[in-house]
Amino acid sequence: MSDNLFDIRNVSKIYGAEDTGLVALSDYSFEIPAEPARIITIAGESGSGKSTLGELLLRSSPPTRGEILFQGVDIWKFNEAQKREYYRHVQAVFQDPFGVYNPFYRIRHVFDMVVKNYRLATSKQAARDLAEEALNAVGLRGDDVLPKYPHQLSGGQRQRIMIARATMLKPRFIVADEPVSMVDASLRASILDVMMNLRDEYGISFLYVTHDLSTAYQIGDQILLLYQGTVAEHGNAVDVISNPQHPYVQLLIESVPKPDPHDPWPGEVELPAEESFRTASAKGCRFFQRCPKRLSRCETESPERYDVGPGGHQAACFLYEP
Amino acid sequence: MRNPDTILEVDDLRVYYATPQGDVKACDGVSFDVRAGEILGLVGESGSGKSTATGGVLRTISSPGRIVSGRVVLDSDDILEYNDEQMRRLRWSKLALIPQGAMNSLNPTMTISAQIADVIETHEGRQDEDALRERILELFRRVGLPGRIYSMYPHELSGGMKQRACIAMSIALDPILIVADEATSALDVVVQRVVAQTMLKIKRELNVSFIMIGHDMGLMAQVVDRLAVMYSGQLLEIAGVEDMFESPAHPYSEILIDSVPTLTERKSMRINEGITHDPRNPPSGCIFRLRCPFAMAACAETRPPMVEVRPDQLVACHLWKKTEDGSYVRQSV
Repeated sequence: MSDNLFDIRNVSKIYGAEDTGLVALSDYSFEIPAEPARIITIAGESGSGKSTLGELLLRSSPPTRGEILFQGVDIWKFNEAQKREYYRHVQAVFQDPFGVYNPFYRIRHVFDMVVKNYRLATSKQAARDLAEEALNAVGLRGDDVLPKYPHQLSGGQRQRIMIARATMLKPRFIVADEPVSMVDASLRASILDVMMNLRDEYGISFLYVTHDLSTAYQIGDQILLLYQGTVAEHGNAVDVISNPQHPYVQLLIESVPKPDPHDPWPGEVELPAEESFRTASAKGCRFFQRCPKRLSRCETESPERYDVGPGGHQAACFLYEP
Repeated sequence: MRNPDTILEVDDLRVYYATPQGDVKACDGVSFDVRAGEILGLVGESGSGKSTATGGVLRTISSPGRIVSGRVVLDSDDILEYNDEQMRRLRWSKLALIPQGAMNSLNPTMTISAQIADVIETHEGRQDEDALRERILELFRRVGLPGRIYSMYPHELSGGMKQRACIAMSIALDPILIVADEATSALDVVVQRVVAQTMLKIKRELNVSFIMIGHDMGLMAQVVDRLAVMYSGQLLEIAGVEDMFESPAHPYSEILIDSVPTLTERKSMRINEGITHDPRNPPSGCIFRLRCPFAMAACAETRPPMVEVRPDQLVACHLWKKTEDGSYVRQSV
């Protein structure tokens, strides 16, 4: 048994043919230790490959190259029993808290199905107690929500119920793909607070996939910033966001609008004329065309990740080559 | 009271949607003005009536919705009195819209330039081909698009470029007011910044006014001149953006500003869930009182009127009391 919950080894995901297809994730290695529980944020713009990693961990699609080990076992070599067991430990919460519910069923049904599928309880009362416990963990009460229909609840409540459903199995790990992006700003805090609480009280780790750096900064322990399928920078969330090193990450963080009319964006930015396509055969740094600090070698060579600060803070940029 | 720069005055606008259980008052007595060359932000959560209020201004409300009452005065004419033909002439030429999800509002079977040419020729009649081409290229330049997209189709452009193509179309006939409905909310932060900066540039160069609908307070702080806050069909506060962020007068504005996570300080987030009422059955008195941390007995009795508590800062909240000298002070609860 490995000490790690996940070992992600040289994983690539290419959609389409291996040489001409689109690279969603490029030769990526990462370890997620079993302890202590943590919130790992994956951030990047649309199409950066941030959801792909979550999908790979959920076994929604196999990696093109490389392997993903869960507690030392390759998740694509699982037998049926192992697959079933896997989803006890690894659960998901998705973006749309409106689309995941069947509008004809009461909220109770969501919990009943989990109990039934995993034979969690032998009596109705035991099942009810489990649902109550999971709902309490997200700050809701069974009597308030279980008899209701989805449309009677706010987006924030629905999303918290989805988290409660995931926690019922007492998982080790939850993939949360943009869990707050469709919830109103004034209700977001309650969901993020639940995630932190589950990490601290229940020892559940999260892969928090988001495009919103400000929430990543508020709750993330570690952060990985992706650009076109490659990791541009990673490290402790606070270090990376308060002291970004990769030119792309610097541009990204500087562009987050500050809620202060006296602190405007610094200067104008321009987008590249062409949207560059990234086939598997493309060479060089993906950010080359847009980079204000590019060197001639960046066009043909891909940078590795170099240390730029304490706590494993690394950036994939030749500026930091020792 | 009326500001001399006012180009649009919305007065007690009411837009209701009929449902089997009764009307939903999606825009319930909303009044505001837009001044020359300003960007007025309109914020509120989903369902707060932002798009409905501007739909009333543009007269784009369709059944089961209806404009119940109010006045929308543009150039001293109440356009709610206009017939369809007058309204058709007004759209694009004086009032333009950049719709929600503008990138999907372009016709996929026509090139970008043909769609802009369509707008121009519908209003101004047949144009000289070369002059029209020059005019469209000039529009592209204004919004920072390269001339080579002239013969491209929407699917050949990125989201940010499509959004700017929509801005180009909106300024084609030199309108005095553009309504931008969540014009940047589906974009990544860098692209959003580029589009927002394009809007600011257009405002400066053409002295056109915008109503910018959105929910991102950070973006509002960067872009708008004044900010109006809506909740459940009603306007709760309207003020200059600096006053709003420095000293919000309404408890809901305060919550909205407080719940913006920042990149500079890791702090515990303010949680305010409260009860969201059924829109068909709103609470008596103040619309926000079920979620308000300061709700008092008076809040259940009457709807608070909009009062000017500081110069150009209007708020609808019972916490503000008029003093003997006519100024307003906020009670501490």
